Amino acid sequence: MEWIDFATPKSVSEAVEMMASKGDRARAMAGGTDVLVQLRGGRRSADLVVDMKEIPELNELSYSAQNGLTLGAAVPCYRIYQDKAVIDNYPGLIDAASLIGGIQIQGRASIGGNLCNAAPSGDSIPPIIALSGVANITGPNGNRQVPVEDFCTGPGQNVLQNGEILVSLTIPAPQPHSGANYLRFIPRNEMDIAVAGVGTSVLLDASGQNFVSARISLASVAPTPVFSQAAGDSLAGKAVSDEAIQEASEKAMADAKPINDMRGTVRQRVHLVGVLTRRTLNNAIQRARGG
Amino acid sequence: MVSNPAEANIVLSEVEFEVVGKRPIRPDGVDKVTGRAQYGADINLSGLIHGKVLRSPHAHARIKSIDTSKAEAYPGVRAVVTAKNLPFASLSKEDLGGDYMRLKFASDHVLASDKVLFKGHPVAAVAANNPHVAEEAIKLINVDYEVLPPVLDVLEAMKDDAPLLHEELRTTSLGETSEKPSNIAAHLRYEKGDAEVGFAAADVVVEKEFRTAAVHQGYIEPHNGTAFWNTDGQLSIWTSTQGAFAVRGSVADVLRQPVSKVKVTPMEIGGGFGGKITAYLDAIAALLSQKSGAPVKVVMSRVDVFEASGPAPATWMKVKIGATKDGKFTAVKAELSFEAGAYPGSPVMQGMMCSFGCYDVPNGLIDGYDVVVNKPKTAAYRAPGSPQAAFGVESVVDDIAHQLGIDPIEIRLLNAAKEGTRRIEGPVANRIGLVECLEAARDHDHYKKPLGPGQRGRGVACGYWMNRSFSSSLSMTVNYDGIVTLIMGSVDIGGTRASIAQQTAETLGIAYENVKPTVVDTDSIGYTFITGGSRTSFATGWAAIEAAEEVKKLMVARAARIWDTSEDDVEYADGVIQHRSDPELRMTFKDLARQLANTGGAITGSANVEPAGEGNGYAVHLVDVEVDPETGKTDILRFTAVQDAGKAVHPSYVEGQMQGGAVQGIGWALNEEYFFDDKGQMMNSSFLDYRMPTSLDLPMIDTVIVEVANPGHPYGVRGVGEAAIVPPMAAIANAINGAAGVRLNSLPMTPGNVLDALSGDGQ
Repeated sequence: MEWIDFATPKSVSEAVEMMASKGDRARAMAGGTDVLVQLRGGRRSADLVVDMKEIPELNELSYSAQNGLTLGAAVPCYRIYQDKAVIDNYPGLIDAASLIGGIQIQGRASIGGNLCNAAPSGDSIPPIIALSGVANITGPNGNRQVPVEDFCTGPGQNVLQNGEILVSLTIPAPQPHSGANYLRFIPRNEMDIAVAGVGTSVLLDASGQNFVSARISLASVAPTPVFSQAAGDSLAGKAVSDEAIQEASEKAMADAKPINDMRGTVRQRVHLVGVLTRRTLNNAIQRARGG
Repeated sequence: MVSNPAEANIVLSEVEFEVVGKRPIRPDGVDKVTGRAQYGADINLSGLIHGKVLRSPHAHARIKSIDTSKAEAYPGVRAVVTAKNLPFASLSKEDLGGDYMRLKFASDHVLASDKVLFKGHPVAAVAANNPHVAEEAIKLINVDYEVLPPVLDVLEAMKDDAPLLHEELRTTSLGETSEKPSNIAAHLRYEKGDAEVGFAAADVVVEKEFRTAAVHQGYIEPHNGTAFWNTDGQLSIWTSTQGAFAVRGSVADVLRQPVSKVKVTPMEIGGGFGGKITAYLDAIAALLSQKSGAPVKVVMSRVDVFEASGPAPATWMKVKIGATKDGKFTAVKAELSFEAGAYPGSPVMQGMMCSFGCYDVPNGLIDGYDVVVNKPKTAAYRAPGSPQAAFGVESVVDDIAHQLGIDPIEIRLLNAAKEGTRRIEGPVANRIGLVECLEAARDHDHYKKPLGPGQRGRGVACGYWMNRSFSSSLSMTVNYDGIVTLIMGSVDIGGTRASIAQQTAETLGIAYENVKPTVVDTDSIGYTFITGGSRTSFATGWAAIEAAEEVKKLMVARAARIWDTSEDDVEYADGVIQHRSDPELRMTFKDLARQLANTGGAITGSANVEPAGEGNGYAVHLVDVEVDPETGKTDILRFTAVQDAGKAVHPSYVEGQMQGGAVQGIGWALNEEYFFDDKGQMMNSSFLDYRMPTSLDLPMIDTVIVEVANPGHPYGVRGVGEAAIVPPMAAIANAINGAAGVRLNSLPMTPGNVLDALSGDGQ
């Protein structure tokens, strides 16, 4: 392993300055559960690692009915699934935060880091896409916002330019009669990488019998997490039924463009997208109905 | 006799002893739980420097040249070595004669000379002041390769036109050597009766082909080796191994040194399961030490362990069994082709020996092929060869039971090997416990309980491992405080310090706590075979019993001397030495120990043994599974392991062996596999993607220890380390067949493969 400088900025502006000074030779680190493994294994290299955990804005975890959830980019998973407001309002997010790694990993790993790592299999990304999350970015040229479904651009690649950092994610407050769920398929029961994953959110009408809208997002079936707009849109305005759910699952399957690798085959992954879309939709509907 | 079938862990015992069969605290326990135990990588010598190995990026290539000049010039580098530094490089074919091929394979496996034969094959090594410098320096070594097409599958490798790994390798077939070079190193055969006559007499015949993937033992501690080659020519090695003498032998061999010039100190070992017998790094560390003059430590990464240590072989097998309509087997036949990896030496012979070891068959024919492929050279893995063979055989036995409508345990009982059964490869069984194990499984609460709702199935399979003996050396000293110090050459992987101390205490009639066992280096004890083959509690235990008997004799003689009487007047019973007719003359073991110093000095007993009479080991497993028909995922709901221990010296450790074997078998059955791309690159060389089961994937593994005393051991002990990994793959395949109605003939039975089978293709 080569020499690497390590810095711990205390403010967003200091962090941006440090990141900008090294360009693409700087790596941001939150929990480090991806970046340290990659550096050690030679899959990434860097001259400077910038620790984001001591910047207040990146540790913010707050909720209001008006602004929704602000999730600092370095907030570790355990804080998310122990937070009362998240438990009450975003069970679909808890699904992901509580299944990433084991207890030790959840004590360090952040959802912001999971997003920046931009793995197609990142478990927290589909639920945030399903929940209409937005990434709040700061860089040398100021602030900008990017919908999470547009954040990842390839395996391990994202929209961040040199010097830019992800400060936080914003997730709108849930509407009445809405529900969300994330499920992944792994061959074991825990501690594994998704062969396929599906995050869904649904908004039902007051009767709970009809879809107003839905958002569906897929993991591990393309170079980036997939926002399957066609699948979600197919449900809008329809009565809740097995047929509608089946149709949405077929549209999601059509949006899955996986590869064969040691974790699964194309056929298996497309099939699993169908299974998981149906299962998550049913779970999300149940949550929307208050179940 | 305990026999409550509702209880989780059960010991069905025939005989009780004072110390043997109890569950005392292990001597190495405190150091291990407090983190003070010294494992291989913990060694830190004065002036220690660090080695790194440059490994081949190709599965098959010719080495055209190696340029180490830049690495040698790199600041902080102390030595660089390649195969040119091995003695083999300066020996000719004429010098070596018949030993040429063997030494070439052994030397090339340490450091490749002319060809690399698997991804990860060592080609050079660097020692430097710290591991980071060494890591940078190996990147500066320039190797010019001519990349060759890799051979990655056993059946492909056996074809006449397959690319050859070794141009000089000929097939040894039933005593003949082929003219043409081949990837088939050996063809072996066992035969009993006439299989064709037997099949002609059968009412039902089932024949199927099977495949199993290469799997790794998955020990938690990576390989390591530290060497210091002193200027007086003495080479010292500290390493994590199952056999210090095995390391001494192989290092002395490739370095062309007399064995007494090499001293190997076995450190605490973090798991081995057969994979820590081959010495991968020790000779490299020695060469680096020779060149640098400093002690050198080399440690593998996890990727190195996966890519360049020794997995269990992938196999292709064909199994055929014929039976009468009553279920009695009339003939059996098997063809086993095992991938040896880069060099010959797969455990195909053991697979052949074990394949029908559970059954009394009148006619049998078994052929085995040892085949080289461009994968790491395979190594032993817990009952080497037997689990693969059992996957095929026990699946076919289940199919026959189904076809005939016979209960799967009953058909196994009907054909079970028992005392007097002649196995296909020749030996006749002594008193063995397979029938008792099958009966215990049949009578267990698990077998009687209904499966419940859902897509569930129950599977049964049995497994056999012959168990080994080989030689063991041990000595013990009676100290003046009455404590007996015990030194042995058997490395302790599974609690053998405890089990040997127990047998010592039992024989001497003293408390377990008064025996202090230590594992020592190769200069301090006589030659002792590896800890493997389920031999140590049996064979080294036997040595302890013999040495203790000698101590008893010497204690009697000393008491006679003190009492000025004849030795014939003194007896030793239950740790007390007393005069046969004068009740006044009586000493406890401790009383006499206190007087030893002034009455003739210390008392030691020693024994070098190679006992015959190792009793065969049998296991029977029951498993309940549930298959998710939408995802193909199999969940293990309940698992019961039954095994004949002969006599469980320390029942907790026997249960641990049974549970550990079962869990490794579950991993082998469901998810574990070496996944290669078409260039021979292993794609899953980490514990993330090499999917061993975690605690969250497993139910409690219930155990039933059956004790059918081994007549070949004073306390009835049989080896217990291996039989437990044999049944799970077939038991789970049989259970999946019950749950989902699909018979999987390939391992692993991943969700994807189950899905393919459910959709009617793939298998």
